[in-house]
Amino acid sequence: MKIVDVQDLTVQTSEASKVVNGISFSIEPGERLGLIGESGSGKSMTALAVMGLLPAELKASGNLLLGNGKDAPMQVIGASEKSLNEIRGSVASIVFQEPLTALDPLMKIGRQLSEPLRRWQGLKGDALQEAIISALAEVRIRKPERIAGSYPYEISGGERQRAAIAMALACEPSLLIADEPTTALDVTVQAEILDLLDAVVAERGMSLLFISHDLAVVSRITDHVLVMKDGSVVESGSLRNILHSPNHPYTRDLVSSAKELDDALDIAKKSGGN
Amino acid sequence: MNTKKQRSLPLIVGCTLVGFIVLMALLSIFWTPYSVGDMSGSRLGPLSSHHWLGTDKLGRDLLSRVMIGARIAITVGFGAVFIGAVLGVTLGLIAGFAQRWVDESFSAMFDILIAFPTLLLAMLIVAARGASLTSAIVAIGIGISAIVARLTRLLVKRVLAKDFITASRASGTSWARIIFIHVLPNIWTTLIVTFALQFGFAGLTEASLSYLGLGAPPPNASWGSLLQEAQATVLISPVAAIAPGLLLVCLVIGMNLIADGLRDIADPTLRRSR
Amino acid sequence: MLKYLTRRIIVLLISLFAASSSLFILLRLLPGDPANALLTVGATPQQVAAARHTVGSDLPLFEQYFHWLRDLSTFHFGTSLIGNVPVGPEINSRLSVTVPLTLISFFVTITIAVPLGFIAAYKGKTWYGTILNSISQLGIAIPVFWVGVILILIFALRFMIFPAGGFPPTGWNDPGQAVRALVLPVSTITLVMSASLTRYVRSATLDVLNSDYLRTSRSLGSSFMQAMWRHGIRNAASPVISILGMELATTFIGAVVVESVFALPGLGSLLVQAIGQRDYPIIQGILFVSTMAVLVIGFLVDLAQRLIDPRMSKSLAGQNA
Repeated sequence: MKIVDVQDLTVQTSEASKVVNGISFSIEPGERLGLIGESGSGKSMTALAVMGLLPAELKASGNLLLGNGKDAPMQVIGASEKSLNEIRGSVASIVFQEPLTALDPLMKIGRQLSEPLRRWQGLKGDALQEAIISALAEVRIRKPERIAGSYPYEISGGERQRAAIAMALACEPSLLIADEPTTALDVTVQAEILDLLDAVVAERGMSLLFISHDLAVVSRITDHVLVMKDGSVVESGSLRNILHSPNHPYTRDLVSSAKELDDALDIAKKSGGN
Repeated sequence: MNTKKQRSLPLIVGCTLVGFIVLMALLSIFWTPYSVGDMSGSRLGPLSSHHWLGTDKLGRDLLSRVMIGARIAITVGFGAVFIGAVLGVTLGLIAGFAQRWVDESFSAMFDILIAFPTLLLAMLIVAARGASLTSAIVAIGIGISAIVARLTRLLVKRVLAKDFITASRASGTSWARIIFIHVLPNIWTTLIVTFALQFGFAGLTEASLSYLGLGAPPPNASWGSLLQEAQATVLISPVAAIAPGLLLVCLVIGMNLIADGLRDIADPTLRRSR
Repeated sequence: MLKYLTRRIIVLLISLFAASSSLFILLRLLPGDPANALLTVGATPQQVAAARHTVGSDLPLFEQYFHWLRDLSTFHFGTSLIGNVPVGPEINSRLSVTVPLTLISFFVTITIAVPLGFIAAYKGKTWYGTILNSISQLGIAIPVFWVGVILILIFALRFMIFPAGGFPPTGWNDPGQAVRALVLPVSTITLVMSASLTRYVRSATLDVLNSDYLRTSRSLGSSFMQAMWRHGIRNAASPVISILGMELATTFIGAVVVESVFALPGLGSLLVQAIGQRDYPIIQGILFVSTMAVLVIGFLVDLAQRLIDPRMSKSLAGQNA
């Protein structure tokens, strides 16, 4: 069964302008889907809609089924908060772009991490403390004890994002949504985080919905790609097809400008080798 | 469009309220229904066609006194804000350009002065110089200058950090030119909003001083004094107590609305529903 | 933490010292000899000398300063120039009115403003939310003495529920009457202060409601209420606490004015009286006591803030900008 099955999703503002305009896509268990577009293309709103976390001013319509691949999926649009609370985290969790604001500035990392661990893995006391440390170690944080006892502003951007990823993973979701997780980070750290995501998603057999404006970044970590512009999907397909023979003019622009920057990331070699 | 109309509404209402009071004040310079010392009316007389707001306990026409009160309120507002602006902007400019410990001393000085309640400051100055309108204006002006100075310092620092200033200096522009051509034009809009807000509070402070008997000596027709005189006989003649207070409220709300309207025009990005 | 505490206490003591010295300098800078208040026009040189001796202004400045510091540290505030009563006890008795007035008003204000501010933010789009918002906008424009007079008009004179002023001569020995005497004054101050505090709380709550960390918590499966409880409250409290110090100072000023409105024998009305009569020892005494109170409160507020917010944001919250 599919993890995510979206049909004709539309997200509108109160003035009836469409941020997302009737898009459809699906994600199978273990599949990695990339969502590319510039700002304003509606990609972040799509991610929020999947989690049922759209801001109050926006209204979603259409069909959005979310499930863990084994049990019957749930219709997210129009679902009650109560039922959404049960699938948020456990079925799908999300990592946001800016970890500094996504984390509670007044709470230590360890304590923030204990929230999903306690809720979804039912851990308490010493077992909880150990789980916190091992969760931080899993996201390749050096000195997890120090990080667990620190506040977000005391650690680096890369460490913050790793902590955020640890929090998302603590729910043991079937789908991980990553909304521009590397955009706010230094270039050197970006590569590390991408590798980390690649590894944990593979190890846990999760599906991945990776959102970015950067084709080069998306191409490192996904198999299939959706290209969005102004709220609609202009092209979709496997990564190789998109890179080799883009159809839509917008996609062609994206690919060519990515290829111009490809020295550092070696896209050609990857797509040729696959 | 909807938002555009909404934006100018505070400004319109504000200007109407304040304009009404300013008109009253201006008019009082040339003419009031009865002269100030005229005690020909009955004591605490009711509203009538001769005395639109009735008379006070000495038989003076209340409307006339209220009009003069308007003049006092406006004078205090302009006087105090003027002093506060000149003193505050100058000090703020100096502090804005100052570095390290000089800057910190200025900053501490401003903070201390701001923390010190303006009314208390005014009371002290009255204790020293005796009660008069000038004492009040000077005292309130000093209080305002602290707030203006701190704001100016903040704004100046922000402007100076911008690249175009460095570019300007690199091309040899003198500091004086930089102040007048680059710094001031960028900050005056925000400052004007503060001036508008402080105008209202100056009026409130002066009214409090007069109410306590520490304002201008009798026959002080400041709204605060009028209220104090009316208090003893408020059951017999409630209008005498209500009218001055109501007008004061209108003045302050009016100035606040103007400040809101100006803020919207000057910097729409600041409009976080205050 | 201990290091921080000791450092802050040392700073507090230094501030107290600095404040009292500044007070000394300030008062000596005022034009006119304090002795003048004791004299009438056309006093003889002997009378002038005698007056100056009484007041102590014939001593060299340094000696005056030493006497000042010594007196302050033993809480001897000198003698009132009018009525010749010692200042210390006078201030003491007045405190028994002003302190309850200020503190009760302050806490009632917090009790009212915090929930209202939260509602104004959370339910901002509803009709009652908007009304709440408008009322609080209005509230900051209203003079406190006007509210007092209106309340007197309605509740004391028209409906005669509460006294129109005054405080029982036996003070708190008659608690029932004392409380009755304070109801309208407290209400006056509370009405006006709630308006501004509500706005602060609303602003802080809005920041939290729109925050990313709230969204993160919900994305991990928390309900809105759980997320608010776990993250929202602390984050909203931080900016509010930082202005509580200022709000307390403003409440005190409100009390000063309100004491005159309701003829309460408090510190405020004493100050007003002393200023009118140029009674310097009393003015000095009251100023010193208030400054001490302000510094101590500032210290406590700082402490509270540090407990909640380890980032130690030390600015006085940006107001009026």
